[in-house]
Amino acid sequence: MELDLKKLKLRNVNDTLQNLDRKKNERDFTIINPEGNHAVCAGLNKEMNVTIKGHVGYYCAGMNQKANITIEGNVGTGVAENMMSGKVHVKGNASQSAGATAHGGLLIIDGDASSRCGISMKGVDIVVKGSVGHMSGFMSQSGNLIVCGDAGEALGDSLYETNIYIRGKVKSLGADCIEKKMDKKHLNKLKKFLKDAEIKNFKAESFKRYGSARKLYNFKIDNSY
Amino acid sequence: MCGIVGIYLKNEKLNNSLGSLLAEMLINMGSRGPDSAGFAIYNNEKGEKLKYSICINNLDYENFKKELSEYLDDADIRKNSDHVILKTKKKANDVLKILKDHFKNTSLVGYGKSIEIFKQVGSPNDVVKKFNLNKYSGTHAIGHTRMATESAITTDGSHPYSTGEDECLVHNGSLSNHNNLRRKLKKKGINFDSENDTEVAAGYISNHLANKKNLKETLNDGLRDLDGFYTFITGTRNGFAVLRDEIACKPAVIAETKDYVAIASEFQAMAHLPGVNNAKIFEPEPGVVYSWGS
Repeated sequence: MELDLKKLKLRNVNDTLQNLDRKKNERDFTIINPEGNHAVCAGLNKEMNVTIKGHVGYYCAGMNQKANITIEGNVGTGVAENMMSGKVHVKGNASQSAGATAHGGLLIIDGDASSRCGISMKGVDIVVKGSVGHMSGFMSQSGNLIVCGDAGEALGDSLYETNIYIRGKVKSLGADCIEKKMDKKHLNKLKKFLKDAEIKNFKAESFKRYGSARKLYNFKIDNSY
Repeated sequence: MCGIVGIYLKNEKLNNSLGSLLAEMLINMGSRGPDSAGFAIYNNEKGEKLKYSICINNLDYENFKKELSEYLDDADIRKNSDHVILKTKKKANDVLKILKDHFKNTSLVGYGKSIEIFKQVGSPNDVVKKFNLNKYSGTHAIGHTRMATESAITTDGSHPYSTGEDECLVHNGSLSNHNNLRRKLKKKGINFDSENDTEVAAGYISNHLANKKNLKETLNDGLRDLDGFYTFITGTRNGFAVLRDEIACKPAVIAETKDYVAIASEFQAMAHLPGVNNAKIFEPEPGVVYSWGS
C-alpha cells in the first residue's frame, strides 16, 4: 500500500500504521513524499514492513515495536528514539541522538551519524557504517554500539554497561570509558552484528572494544574525577 | 527555539526566483519561530550609491520623504510596507548621523551596496506577504523566524542584525557572555540599538571584518570569544558562512547542488527546493566554519 504524504496528513498516515486493520492481510507499506516531516512512523507496534522514500525530520520511527522500517534518505534528530524492538534501517545519514534511550531492536545507519549517537541507550543494538560525532554513547546503559568509521570527542562518556566497537580512530574517550580486551565471545557477537547489517568488507578482528572502567558509577569515597 | 534559513545561488538562472525560494523556507520555519521574522536579500547592484533599509514604524511616509529630502538632496526613496529603501551618494557616516539626529522614531535595519533588510513582528507568513518577498530577486539571502527568549518581541529584537556595510547575521541559540562583550565593543566605538545577544555577535563580526580579517578568520576567532549556544548564518556582499558552536545543540542541515547551497534549521524548510532530493545533504560539524563566495 502506498501512502503519499503530499496528499495525506501525517496524522492519518501514522494512524493507519498504528491501528492496522487485522482483517486485512496488508503488511507492506511505502511512504512517498515525506518532505522532512517529523515523527513519521512513530509509535508503530505491529509486525510490518515500511519503506520511506525520501528524507525525514525528527524522531522518525520513535518508540518502534516489532516493525521493520527502512528510510531511503537522511533522518533528522532522534531516529528510533526509545525503540523497544524491531528494526530501523537508515540508508543515508542520521542527525544527532540517533537511537537515544532505545531499549531494544536493531538500528542500522548506512551513512554517518552526528553527535550523541546512542545517548543513554538501554539495550538497543546500533550499527553505523560511517562515523559518529562527539559524545556518542553518552551515559549509555546496555546494548551494543558498532561503528565502522571514526568516533568524535568524548566517546562513551559516563557509560554503564554498553559495549562499544569502533573500527576507525577515536578522537578522545569520555570519563570512565576505556579500551577493553576483545575476547572470543565479543568477536562472535560482533561477527553476528556485521552479518545482520550485511557488512562483508570489514572483519570483526579489525575493531577495538571500549567499555566502562566501572569507577564512576560504583560509589567510591576517594573517586578523584 | 527560532528557525534560520539561507540560500546562496551558484546558477544565475535562479536569481529571479530567489525571493520565492526563501519565502517558502521562512513560512515553513514558522513552526520554530512564530513571533517575528526577517530577511536580508543581496542583489549585487552596480553603481556607487549606498542603500539604507529603514523601518519608519508608524510615521507618515510622505512626511518622512519630504523631511528627508531637506537633508539629502539626492535621496531616492522606495517604500515597501513600513520599511523604506533609501539610495544616496552621500557618505555613510553623514547619512547615519542625519538619521540618528533628526529621525529618532525610525530605525536603520541595515545598509550597503547590495543588501536590503526587512524585519518585523508577526507570523513569518504575514511578514513574508507584507514585504512581498516573493517578488525579490538576487544572488543570496538569509532569513530568520523568531521565538523570543532573552529580549522583547520588537522590531529591534528581530533578526537579521546588521552592524556593518553589507553584513548581516541570523542566530539560533543564546549567548551567555553578550553583556561583557557589548561593553568591550562599545569601547571600540561600535553602536548597539538593542539589548539583544545576537546584535553583539553581529557587532563582533563587523569589528573583526573592519580590522581586515576575512570571514573565515573572524568566525574562527568567534569560536573562542562567543560563549553560548549558536548556529549562525552570516552574509556578506559576495557570500555567506555557517558556524555551529562546539556542543552543537542547535540544529542545522545543508543541501548543496550544482545550482545552489541552502541551509536551514530543519530539512523540511528545504523540501520544496528544486532537485533537493538529489542534493548532497549533510549536517555542518560542530566548531567548523563553512563558507561560500567570499
